[in-house]
Amino acid sequence: MSILVFVELQNGNLKKSAFEAAAYAADLAASRSTEAVAIALGESNGDLEQLGKVGISKVWHVADAKLNHLTSRSYTKCIMAGVEQTGADTVVLSHTSTGKTLAPRVAIRMNAGLLACVSDLPDAEGNYRKSMFSGKAWGNIGNKEGAAVITVNPNAYTYVVKEGAAAVEALAVLLGDNDFDYTVKEVINESAGMTPLPEAELVVSAGRGMKGPENWGIIEELAGELGATTACSRPVSDIGWRPHHEHVGQTGITIKPNLYIAVGISGAIQHLAGVNQSKCIVVINKDPEAPFFKAADYGIVGDAFDVVPRLTEAIKKMKAS
Amino acid sequence: MKILVCISKVPDTTAKISFTDNNTKFNEDKVQFIINPYDEWYALVRALELKEANGGTVTVINAGLADNEQIIRKALALGADDAIRINMQPEDAYQTAAEIVAAMNGEQYDIILTGKETIDYNGGIMGGFIAEMLDLPYVSMASKLDKNGDVFVLEREIEGVKEIVEVKAPFVLSAQKGMAEARIPNMRGILASKSKPVKVVEPSGTGARTHVAAFALPAEKGGCKMIPAENAEQLIDLLKNEAKVI
Ligand SMILES: Cc1cc2nc3c(=O)[nH]c(=O)nc-3n(C[C@H](O)[C@H](O)[C@H](O)COP(=O)(O)OP(=O)(O)OC[C@H]3O[C@@H](n4cnc5c(N)ncnc54)[C@H](O)[C@@H]3O)c2cc1C
Ligand SMILES: Nc1ncnc2c1ncn2[C@@H]1O[C@H](COP(=O)(O)O)[C@@H](O)[C@H]1O
Repeated sequence: MSILVFVELQNGNLKKSAFEAAAYAADLAASRSTEAVAIALGESNGDLEQLGKVGISKVWHVADAKLNHLTSRSYTKCIMAGVEQTGADTVVLSHTSTGKTLAPRVAIRMNAGLLACVSDLPDAEGNYRKSMFSGKAWGNIGNKEGAAVITVNPNAYTYVVKEGAAAVEALAVLLGDNDFDYTVKEVINESAGMTPLPEAELVVSAGRGMKGPENWGIIEELAGELGATTACSRPVSDIGWRPHHEHVGQTGITIKPNLYIAVGISGAIQHLAGVNQSKCIVVINKDPEAPFFKAADYGIVGDAFDVVPRLTEAIKKMKAS
Repeated sequence: MKILVCISKVPDTTAKISFTDNNTKFNEDKVQFIINPYDEWYALVRALELKEANGGTVTVINAGLADNEQIIRKALALGADDAIRINMQPEDAYQTAAEIVAAMNGEQYDIILTGKETIDYNGGIMGGFIAEMLDLPYVSMASKLDKNGDVFVLEREIEGVKEIVEVKAPFVLSAQKGMAEARIPNMRGILASKSKPVKVVEPSGTGARTHVAAFALPAEKGGCKMIPAENAEQLIDLLKNEAKVI
């Protein structure tokens, strides 16, 4: 049986996590000698055929503008229409706020087991590896049902980009008022041109060691030069030095970028819980005993106000050469 | 207003994570258990605030064995009116949701709150299961919840975007940071909690659909490479050519 992957759009464009989920679905399909078909909801700017580059041959597109914003019932109805069209017994989504919202509904309608937040294709026993205990352990999860709904952890699955273009086919789904959970009154964009934190590959984060909000310029310059997104520790957002959506950690956002640079952050366990799945961690702290160094790949013991501007300069030089 | 808050028991964040029985069981030895922070600080506290402002009741529900009484009593001490405990050790979120719906026994609640995820399982899916089983609207990742006449206004804080939505009761939500400030139970609350009713119900027997076959601890970090501050610029070269992340 084939595999259906739900690909997310933001402002009409495929999200990075959509390519990851699509590649996961295509690779899983290949391992079962079947095909993976995608479904996209809401208006598109026309990049859906790009999914061919990760092994998707066909994309169902429900282009209804009423689907530009998630509600769980309307989206589930469309995904189930895709399941029916495709005869899929497996549905793949991203483990994003949207994927987490939809996966349980889809799983119930398919009588499927829900494998949430997985990082890899199933192993030889058919078990899926997922991060647990805020990154402090792994679990191997097995499915007891025939059908499966899988949510793929963002920035966890590696894939190859090939040549190819997917065929986009319109799918009509009749939606009534009752199919919408609620009305969306307003959407406020908070990330101001930066990649949103949960999707960022590069993150520059700073803590109380910065002494005050007026000193964040050097952090923003470093981030700007790297093309990174900025983040912060909890006390910094609690006292209002930085906006709440930048707060990472156990009580904030969990991130898994390729690079996490922590400046003037001590590395408390609650902070680490949100960032310790980063592929490479750099710690800049003036205290050689700061616990963060134990979780780091690279460390510099030094004063942020001296080190950070010099790193920004070094990147400029590297880019120029 | 009748409010139901789903609370789960999780190991304290600072707990050392280890496993026994050939890596198939979480080692509870010396582990301190708490109410899942999202359930307590955000879902439960906001539910209590709504009750204090508008009247009504707040019931907490938990699927767990008798040793979960401790976290249930804490929720009652914080101000919940009563509690339901489903006497079982849940195996997955689907089963937990099915048993919570069964234990509700047809009772109608205006709002059913869950946390955005448990800090041990990190699933973030239980609320969606309940919403689907009861055929209710689901507002996930809610960071604000206000009552405005007969509608509820919620904020959803999601990847780079904040959404403001309006929904009519009954509905299910998952709560995250922003919704309320954590409270500490006071003496009066603690005393009152001792006489509040905790109804224990037996599970209906719905099976789980997934199971944890084994746990594993992550590979140890190779150790931190220190770069002298006077050569800080070297870091950029290492990130580019050794770690290959920029
Ligand atoms: C239940 C609970 C949940 C929590 N959740 C979170 C969470 O989600 N996220 C989170 O971040 N925290 C969380 N915390 C708080 C956490 O325990 C720490 O208190 C917090 O992370 C510390 O923030 P910080 O590192 O910015 O500040 P501090 O601990 O004050 O550290 C500042 C660091 O900056 C260094 N420094 C000072 N000046 C300089 C300089 N000029 N140059 C370089 N370095 C300098 C210092 O050496 C120090 O290491 C939580 C706490 C609890 C109890
Ligand atoms: N055993 C349980 N009893 C009651 N509620 C639970 C239980 N487990 C999880 N929940 C609720 O479901 C939410 C999400 O859990 P999860 O999907 O497992 O991450 C939690 O924040 C709780 O509100």
